[in-house]
Amino acid sequence: MKKILYLLLFVNASSILIAKTVYDPIATLVAVGPMGEGNEAAAKAWPKAAALGAEALPELLAAMDKASGIGQNWLRAAVDTIVQRTLKEGKKLPTKELNDFLANTKRIPASRRLAFELIQKVSPKRAAKLIPGFIDDPAPELRRDAVALIIEKAVGESNEDSACSLYEKALAAARDVDQIELTAEALREKNRVVDLPKIMGFLMRWKVIGPFDNTDREGFNVPYPPEKKIDFSATYDGKNDKVKWTDFSTSDQFGKVDINLEYGELKQVVAYAHNTFQLFEARELQFRLGCKNAWKVWLNGKLLFARDEYHRGQRIDQYVFSAKLKKGKNEILVKFCQNEQEQSWTKQWEFQLRLTDASGTAVLAGNRLPTPTAPATKR
Amino acid sequence: MKNLFTIYIILILTLSLTNADWTSFRGSAGNGFGNEPGLPTKLDGNKSIAWKVELPGRGLSSPVVVGNKIFLTASSGPRQERLHVIAVNAENGETSWERQFQATGRTVCHSKTCVAAPTAVSNGKVVVAQFSSNDVFCLDLDGNLKWVRGLTLDYPNAANSLGMSSSPIIADGVFVTQVENDADSFSAGLDLGTGKTLWRKSRPKGANWTSPTVLKGAKGEELAVLQSGKGLLVVEPKTGKDRWNYAEGASTIPSTTVMGDSLFIPSNGLTAVKSREDGRSHTQLWRANKLAPGTASPVVSGDKIYVLNKANVLTSANPSNGELGWRLRLKGPFSGSPVANKTHFYVFSENGLGQVVDLTGDEGKVVSTVDLKETILCTPAISGNALYLRSDAHLWKFGG
Repeated sequence: MKKILYLLLFVNASSILIAKTVYDPIATLVAVGPMGEGNEAAAKAWPKAAALGAEALPELLAAMDKASGIGQNWLRAAVDTIVQRTLKEGKKLPTKELNDFLANTKRIPASRRLAFELIQKVSPKRAAKLIPGFIDDPAPELRRDAVALIIEKAVGESNEDSACSLYEKALAAARDVDQIELTAEALREKNRVVDLPKIMGFLMRWKVIGPFDNTDREGFNVPYPPEKKIDFSATYDGKNDKVKWTDFSTSDQFGKVDINLEYGELKQVVAYAHNTFQLFEARELQFRLGCKNAWKVWLNGKLLFARDEYHRGQRIDQYVFSAKLKKGKNEILVKFCQNEQEQSWTKQWEFQLRLTDASGTAVLAGNRLPTPTAPATKR
Repeated sequence: MKNLFTIYIILILTLSLTNADWTSFRGSAGNGFGNEPGLPTKLDGNKSIAWKVELPGRGLSSPVVVGNKIFLTASSGPRQERLHVIAVNAENGETSWERQFQATGRTVCHSKTCVAAPTAVSNGKVVVAQFSSNDVFCLDLDGNLKWVRGLTLDYPNAANSLGMSSSPIIADGVFVTQVENDADSFSAGLDLGTGKTLWRKSRPKGANWTSPTVLKGAKGEELAVLQSGKGLLVVEPKTGKDRWNYAEGASTIPSTTVMGDSLFIPSNGLTAVKSREDGRSHTQLWRANKLAPGTASPVVSGDKIYVLNKANVLTSANPSNGELGWRLRLKGPFSGSPVANKTHFYVFSENGLGQVVDLTGDEGKVVSTVDLKETILCTPAISGNALYLRSDAHLWKFGG
């Protein structure tokens, strides 16, 4: 019995020793992190990974699941090198294995997209046949191609009802803003009703308060009372007068909260907007914000992100950041600031915010009311 | 004696090869000048185009040339999140290798520009490509990856919603980049061998699209010249320590041009300065408010400096005193900067009109034009008696 125990210990120690001595270049690439940490080791490992045969491609793609964005780029470069060398030598890529990899929706979207592109490179016809199947794929990078196919069909469809049916199918599947805009516009042109704010998940109803002072842009860093406590019955000293919370809703199809409608076209001011977002279960969501004013966003009192930039352009989904929302009521607070610039293109004092899952699918609050058809407030 | 002669021949060959390389934005000297006497003076669509190849994505970045390879960046995808670094054979335009990466920083930018806006830089051994997303990739000339950084991943507020375009430099063996914007504005020196941050210093908050340049110090050492709306800061590349500061403001679009030990700064028109002998301060040589550049940065050729203003007027000037010479109206608008050899000046308008100006007469004269019928926003590269130019879709070689 004692001998067996010693034997087991020996085997275990040996395997640890072997594990330590076996050099895994792929793992080294995966381990590269922020601030350049791991680059030196990766530079030594990369030639070994890039020298692997094409049969290693699925393993390299799978490694992307565990890597940071930086590690993924190390792996991508190895994949490129292997593919270019393999094809130059007249050899084949393991398309069956790549196809299996692509079919596994548990893999991250980036690695599956890369697998698809490799199939497309060597077998365009085979890849084309796969595209319609991506219409419900969790990877927006793949879904996009299927949506594009349906849009193409809709454009060529002469029967209006059939065309609308195709556009509706495309709109339901689309996750990229350009495709959503295109299909919604096509349907509206054909007099079909499209509730874009609901489809995209924009927050349309807010409580707002302001204006507070932002002279010399200093208000961005001043913690005005709403940052300390949310009290909808309170009245505070604003920039010029007493200020209090009011209801504000927007009917803008892309959820723009244009606070000039509430306070007028002011300069050097700060406003806050509050939304109560109810969820039936806790989950991580993406906050997708567009804003050309300096802004801060808090979730349940915790600052998520802040950006001190004015009038450099606004886009839907300009900033994407994730946060874990709790079950029940979640308090979302947005601070948005207007600066001193007087040019015509600096009048905007607004933001647009939607919440989605990681694929860009809108997540609607349990307490969401119907999309407003007209602004509730207008100066 | 025979050995000495051999060394002399090797030296001449080495120098001529080095001269042929165009290793960064506006050339290896950062002034748009290429000592290539055989450049084509007639940009005829059929006769002067050696080859034209398709590119896999958009880009404003200029080609850089090392030996027989052209290095270029491009961006593609619905959000321009796919980043390409391409090596092209200068002889035939064939792709030698391509590496594709995914942006880790923000790719939002104005529709006129794109994520592949900064020009790559090379020291002849490696090429370092930076993108508007502040992703940085260092590869050797054969496409072997050496290091990767994601500067917006590291510093999440380092971004400009209109897009970044500053082209990095390599000075004293250090990769120097200006990541200057309204929110988290900084410049940094990264170790060229490992990508590690050697220094990072705060810079004036404000969008800045200018590119750093390399200046030779009094002892021949390389210094990094950082331009911003506040002026010019000259720093030691290895440490980021300040050498001297010009604090009278500067443009945030056209960049400073170097000629010997003089700097021509787009500041209060155009201001010429040079380092003092102590290397810790500067002397202003002259200032000419009629020499304010538009978007394009000034170029030097022979004993002249040439400035394209906002009205598309090209002005020649004496770099020693700022005295104005001839003026010539060109067809703009221009986003890319001009380049020149000793006899001719080359610039491409946003509308794709290439214009060649003869610099040898008493007055500048347009001697050739070519309409490429594509939007051109980039600055050409000169190497091996050829001119290289790119659009969002194509890369051209003229002459060579």
